[in-house]
Amino acid sequence: MKPAPFDYIRPDSLAEACALLAADEDARVIAGGQTLVPMLAMRLARPARLIDILRLPELAGIHEEKGAIMVGATTRQAHAERDPVIRASVPMLARVLPWVGHPPTRNRGTVGGSIANADPSAEIPLVAVTLGAEIMLATADGPASMPADDFLIGPMLTTINPGECVSAIRFPVWPHRRIGVGFFEISARRSDFAFVAAAAQVALDDEGRCIEVALGVGGVGDRPLRLDISSLIGGELRAAIVTDAISAAAAELDAMSDLHASAAYRRRVAITLCIRALEQAGDNAAAKSVKGAR
Amino acid sequence: MKVDLHINGVSRSTDVEPRKTLLDALRENFLLNGTHAGCEHGVCGACTVLLDGEPVRSCLMFAVQADGYEITTIEGLAPAPGELGVLQDAFCETHGLQCGYCTPGMILAAHAMLQNTLIPTRDDIVEAISGNICRCTGYGQIIEAIQFAAARLRVANTPRSQQGAPAEADKPVVEAK
Repeated sequence: MKPAPFDYIRPDSLAEACALLAADEDARVIAGGQTLVPMLAMRLARPARLIDILRLPELAGIHEEKGAIMVGATTRQAHAERDPVIRASVPMLARVLPWVGHPPTRNRGTVGGSIANADPSAEIPLVAVTLGAEIMLATADGPASMPADDFLIGPMLTTINPGECVSAIRFPVWPHRRIGVGFFEISARRSDFAFVAAAAQVALDDEGRCIEVALGVGGVGDRPLRLDISSLIGGELRAAIVTDAISAAAAELDAMSDLHASAAYRRRVAITLCIRALEQAGDNAAAKSVKGAR
Repeated sequence: MKVDLHINGVSRSTDVEPRKTLLDALRENFLLNGTHAGCEHGVCGACTVLLDGEPVRSCLMFAVQADGYEITTIEGLAPAPGELGVLQDAFCETHGLQCGYCTPGMILAAHAMLQNTLIPTRDDIVEAISGNICRCTGYGQIIEAIQFAAARLRVANTPRSQQGAPAEADKPVVEAK
């Protein structure tokens, strides 16, 4: 369980990091290392050089923008979990973070690292896809961005090119006052990989009608999937209507079978967890007072 | 590569290959063998150390990444050589260990939690040690040890006039409020 030899480089700037990555196809980024180091120890990965981006100032910090929160790629998961801005404005991210690994791995693991790793059962990519986040990239030609749904293309697969590095994740902030989130997941043990995870966010108007809704599932397909339940917008979230909308949307879910769970099981659990997550989100939104600050 | 580390309050330098984990450097270069090597791929928690007071797995980072942090190992918790801290003593008293392999990791994880709160709920304790595997105790006595230590530390910070009966203070709280 010892990694193969590699060179270790800690560049001083993001531009230098991108240049190093572009120059050597055997170079890999290391940030928190909570997935990469086990891969190195088991020699499933044998990069020639590791480019350590963890201390680059350009990648740190959580910033409020108009209609969005920009979370720097190297933001520690534990830091994001406690951050008041994320709790207030991206409640879904705050809600799922306690489910990401364990406290010691969250102390090192980064938000951007989880996105770049693209594990189909991981919670942070699920939130990014469900909310329609933008993945900000640093490239040798300057900054670029793309929707999370286009960035994550398969199990541990993204569209990132050599010489590119995830620099931040831009989570949209809903303008509504009464917003609630819901999240459920099934795994063998707490904080283990999710067989199925479902995340929902709902906004209600003053009369309790749904004005915006987002729902996604992780662990079911080869990447996080967003479900189209826009038919719920405009009405109250009654149980029968919600169940019908989710069942219809989940009918097309492309579920995978593996050692842990069959595709049929995953699809069935996905529908149940989606219903629970949406119910919880609706209840949390309804608990927000009609008048007063969000 | 030369690397300067700050371990248990002392600045130390050593020469390591980049692939050497912080765990191996602590054990082999600095002879701090209290940090235990278990799975060596981030599953068991036996190698837990504190970086700036927060628990991390020392097998999941390289020594060359560890400069600039205040690293605390189990050797850094004892008040003096041959003595035990309150938490370590609580593990002894409540039989919170058998083989002892997981114990340094358990104690450091619990220590970090107790820095944030001295009135942890059972759920707080379970969450704090959720990344540490013990194959002997079934965790019951470990949780008891941490509750016991929390109770003692609470009293340690309370004036004697407010402490109540000593028996009360010494008793492990079953469910702290």
